[in-house]
Amino acid sequence: MIDPSNRQAVIEVENLVTHYGKRLILNGITLTVYQGEILVIMGGSGSGKSTLLRHLLGLHQPTSGCIRLLGKDITQLDDRTMHELRQEMGVAFQGGALFGSMTVGENVMLPLREHTKLDEHTMQIMVRMKLEVVNLAGFENLMPAELSGGMLKRAALARAVIMDPKLLFFDEPSAGLDPVAAVELDELILQLRKALNMTIVVVTHELDSAFKIADRISVLDQGTILMTGTVDEVRNSDNKRIQSLLNRMPRDDAIDADEYLRRLTGYS
Amino acid sequence: MSEPSSFVMRLRPFVERVGQRSMQFVEEAGYMSSLLWQSVLWLVAGKHREQPVRLAGIFREAMQMGIQAIPIISILCFSVGVMLAIQGIDTLKTFGAQAQVVIGIAVSVTREFSPLIVGILVAGRSGSAIAARIGTMLEAQEIDALRVIGIDPIRYLAAPILVAMTVMLPCLTIVGDVMGILGGAIFTGIKLQLPLQVYAERTFDFLVTFDVMQGLIKSVVFGMLIALVGLSNGFQVSGGAEGVGRATTRAVVMAISLIVIADMIFTYFMNR
Repeated sequence: MIDPSNRQAVIEVENLVTHYGKRLILNGITLTVYQGEILVIMGGSGSGKSTLLRHLLGLHQPTSGCIRLLGKDITQLDDRTMHELRQEMGVAFQGGALFGSMTVGENVMLPLREHTKLDEHTMQIMVRMKLEVVNLAGFENLMPAELSGGMLKRAALARAVIMDPKLLFFDEPSAGLDPVAAVELDELILQLRKALNMTIVVVTHELDSAFKIADRISVLDQGTILMTGTVDEVRNSDNKRIQSLLNRMPRDDAIDADEYLRRLTGYS
Repeated sequence: MSEPSSFVMRLRPFVERVGQRSMQFVEEAGYMSSLLWQSVLWLVAGKHREQPVRLAGIFREAMQMGIQAIPIISILCFSVGVMLAIQGIDTLKTFGAQAQVVIGIAVSVTREFSPLIVGILVAGRSGSAIAARIGTMLEAQEIDALRVIGIDPIRYLAAPILVAMTVMLPCLTIVGDVMGILGGAIFTGIKLQLPLQVYAERTFDFLVTFDVMQGLIKSVVFGMLIALVGLSNGFQVSGGAEGVGRATTRAVVMAISLIVIADMIFTYFMNR
C-alpha cells in the first residue's frame, strides 16, 4: 500500500449531483482517489455506481459539482484538453466493448493508431506485448465474437492499457465470469498496478473480488456514499446498509402505511 | 371557469398528440442538422485537430454501400427500362408514334426513375444497415469505448458514411441511367426492329446535360438523406435488441418517405 503522508490525489470528486431526466441519481458524491491505489466502488444494482463511473469518464455532464482528473476539472474542459486527457485514461467496459468489425489485435491497436504516429511494426510489437500481459498471446487475429467472456474482458483490458495510462477504470471485472476466470482477472489487475503503477478504479458488486483487490472501498447506496475506507474498516462497519450488503441480506425498509396506500391507489 | 364541452375534451388527446409529434419532428430535424454540421466540421478541420476523417474509412463504406450495390441496381434499372419501353410503345401506338418511345425512355430514366430506384434500393439496403450497425454499437457500449479512447464517433463513424453516400449515389445513378436506357433499347430493338446504334444516336440527339444533371443533383440529396436518417436513428437507439430492430425499420420507412417527398419538391422546382 501507499504511504499516506505523501499521497497525491489524482481523482477528486466534489459534491457531484446528477439527474436522469428528473430523477435524482447521484446526490452529493465526494470522493478522492490517490496515486497508485486501487479504489473499489461497491454497491448494489441501482445504487448509481455505473452512473458515477460514466461521469468519471466524462461521458455525461453533471447537474452540479466538479470532477478533477489529474488536476483538471473535466466538467469545464474544452474538447482539445479533454482529448489530451483521454490519452492518460484507460477504460475496460463490462462486456469488453470490443469493436466487432475488427480483430482482437486491431482493437488493441486502435488507440495507438489514432493517437500516435508509430510505424506499423512497432505498433504490432506493442500489441503483442500487451496481449502477452493479459495472457492472450497468439489471439490477435481472432474476431471478438470468437472469444469467451473472460477473454473478451482481458482483451478489453489490453486495449485499455495499450497507451500506458495513468488512470485505469474497470467496470464489473468479474460479472458473468466463472469463479476461476474472475480470480484470474483480479490477479491481473493487481499485477498491472504493480508493473505499471497505475491508479485503478474498479466498479463492482462482487464482494470477494472487491475485498481481494481493493486498497480502499467506497460503498455507494441510493446515490450517496455510505462510507469510504480500507477493507477492514468496511468489514467492521456497523452501518446497517453496509452489513446487509456484506451479508447478502434483503433490505428491510420500514413501510409507511399511508405512503404505501397512496402508491397503490395512484392518488397523491 | 365553465366546464369545457365534451367535444373539446375528446379533442384534447388528439391535439396533444399532434403537438408531441411536431416537437419530435423538429427535434429530429435539429439532430440531423447537427449531425451534418459536425460531420462537415470534422471533414474540414479534423486534420488541424490531429483527428482527420480517414480516407480508408470512406473507401470501406463506399465499397460496401456503393460498389456492392451495382449488380442489383443494374438489374432493377434494366427492368425499369424494359417496362417503360413496353408501356411506351403500347401507349404511343394509339397515336402511331411508337418511335418516339426513345425520347420518353431517355428523359424519364435519367430525370426520374434511375435516381428514385437507386435511392429506394440503397435506403433499403444500406439505410437499415447503418441504423442497425450504429445501434448495436451503442448498445454494446462500443460508442462509449470510442469516446473514452478519444475518438469522436461523429468523425470516426458518421462522417465517412455521409461522404461515401453522397459520392456513391450519383455514381450509382449513372450506372442506373445506362442500364435503364439499355433495357429500353434492347426491347425496342426487338419490338420495332430498331438497331441499337440508331437508338443510341437518337437518345444522344435528344438528351441534354440538364436531364442527366437533374437526376444527379437529386441523387446527391437522396444520399445525404439516407445517411442522416440511418445515422440519427442508429445513434438514438434505446432498449436493447428490440430497440435496434425498431430503429432499423424506422430508418428504412423514413428514408424512403423523405426521398419520395424530396423528389416531388425538387422535380417541381427544377421544371418550372
